[in-house]
Amino acid sequence: MAQYLILIYEDEAQYATASPEVMGEVMQAHNDFAAQVEQRGVKLLGGNALQPTGTATSVRGGSEVTDGPFVETKEALGGYYLIDAPDLDAALAVGKLCPARFGGVEVRPVMTFD
Amino acid sequence: MTADETSAVAAAVADAHRREWAFVLAATVRVTRDLDTAEECVQDAFAAALTDWRTSGIPARPGAWLTTTAKRRALNVLRRRGVEQRHLPLLVDDGTAPGPDELVADTDAGIPDDRLRLIVTCCHPALDRSAQVALTLRLMCGLSTAEVARAFLVSEPTMAARITRAKKKIAVARIPYRVPSADELPARVDAVLAVLHLLFTTGHTAPAGEELVRRDLVERSVELCRMLRGLLPREPAVAGLLALLLLTDARRETRTAPDGRLLRLEEQDRSRWDRRAITEGVALVREALRARPPSRYALQAAIAAVHAESPSWRDTDWHEIVALYGVLTQVWPSPVVALNRAVAVGFACGPATGLAALDALATEPQLAGYGYLPAARADFLRQLGRLREAREAYAEALLLTENTVERDFLAGRLRELTPEQG
Repeated sequence: MAQYLILIYEDEAQYATASPEVMGEVMQAHNDFAAQVEQRGVKLLGGNALQPTGTATSVRGGSEVTDGPFVETKEALGGYYLIDAPDLDAALAVGKLCPARFGGVEVRPVMTFD
Repeated sequence: MTADETSAVAAAVADAHRREWAFVLAATVRVTRDLDTAEECVQDAFAAALTDWRTSGIPARPGAWLTTTAKRRALNVLRRRGVEQRHLPLLVDDGTAPGPDELVADTDAGIPDDRLRLIVTCCHPALDRSAQVALTLRLMCGLSTAEVARAFLVSEPTMAARITRAKKKIAVARIPYRVPSADELPARVDAVLAVLHLLFTTGHTAPAGEELVRRDLVERSVELCRMLRGLLPREPAVAGLLALLLLTDARRETRTAPDGRLLRLEEQDRSRWDRRAITEGVALVREALRARPPSRYALQAAIAAVHAESPSWRDTDWHEIVALYGVLTQVWPSPVVALNRAVAVGFACGPATGLAALDALATEPQLAGYGYLPAARADFLRQLGRLREAREAYAEALLLTENTVERDFLAGRLRELTPEQG
């Protein structure tokens, strides 16, 4: 087994204007996701949603403090899951299940030091 | 040992390299679970064959001999090296490590065929297309990095970096070394077919350079497709691609004149088309078209089969070809397919109708900069006697074409239409 981080990149503007019904569907989708992952021989180790990039502050070179995310992009990092999967195919299968209706996800292996 | 015997051994080793490389490597990877080590051991086994076969004779089953030798070397290397010296993680496989019988099987036919897992690993969708192609040539065909670099017109260090990066991703991201499950298999086979098709088209019409057919790439892609057909005899898409490659390649000898000039389908000497390849291709098309829906390769092959079976250009059933392109645009919507369909419409219904069909594609962004569109327009305009516009279109096509043989053809057409000649 190996750990992978599923990074969720989505268009924040869509969430800012989403109706309560849509937000309810998104919450439900994430709850369903958590249940489905376990059925695939993959363990969900953790995960969080992030506040929008408007709340982010970046620090460059250890001193320069600026308002905003490190990189400005239309689809911004908005949340993540940490999973434990046997291989990339299993991790990608979970990546395909992961809700991201306003964007997509990136699957990255976590580095191990031994 | 006579010079004849020495050259017979060299020929046998070269032949085994061509036929058995993928089989031997695929089996050895299961022992090493590390691509680089497996490649080294397989290379060593081929080197050993050059000397051993001189004294012991050429074995009845060279592939089995090479596999056993490579696996023994792999076991020795692993024992010597120990786990702590390894810098990359081991490949993930399905946990069915080869048993002791397999490792020493010398004369038994009992060596499992792992080539399918090797080729689907080379063509894993998590690798980009250029890496998939490079790994396939390197691991399935045993080409050196320099040879792969030459085939794709990039420098050797660039290609070496590409291959290293891809191997690293396979190990670090844990791309598994195994045959995909039944529900994943069709998509994974599609990726393999796309790689083989790209290899073929790169060889068939080199994008730049002097030589129209890069024979080796064409032959390698046909061999790999045949191998895949043997491994997956019930996949209609594989039959479709093999049919397409055979039917296209059947025309190889007639595609250029003795002076190197490009000959179009209508100018080609059909008596010199490879009848054996056509017979095999047509039988495969029939099989491939039974799938619902048929694959894009099956439909492209069916179009090639209409040409292959037509006694002459004039007898070509263009309405059948337009109909097949119609189905193809549904299965595989692509501006290039739409362009080919428009050209076929011109042959079926006359140049004015064809020109109208082409002009309907003029705003298609993916065709901007694609030389075949102005070349096809130029041809219909020429047939309609609109020579000034035809000249402009040939000139535009020339600007967009890099292949020397194709450029010569366009320049020739342009010269024919210069005002002083009529």
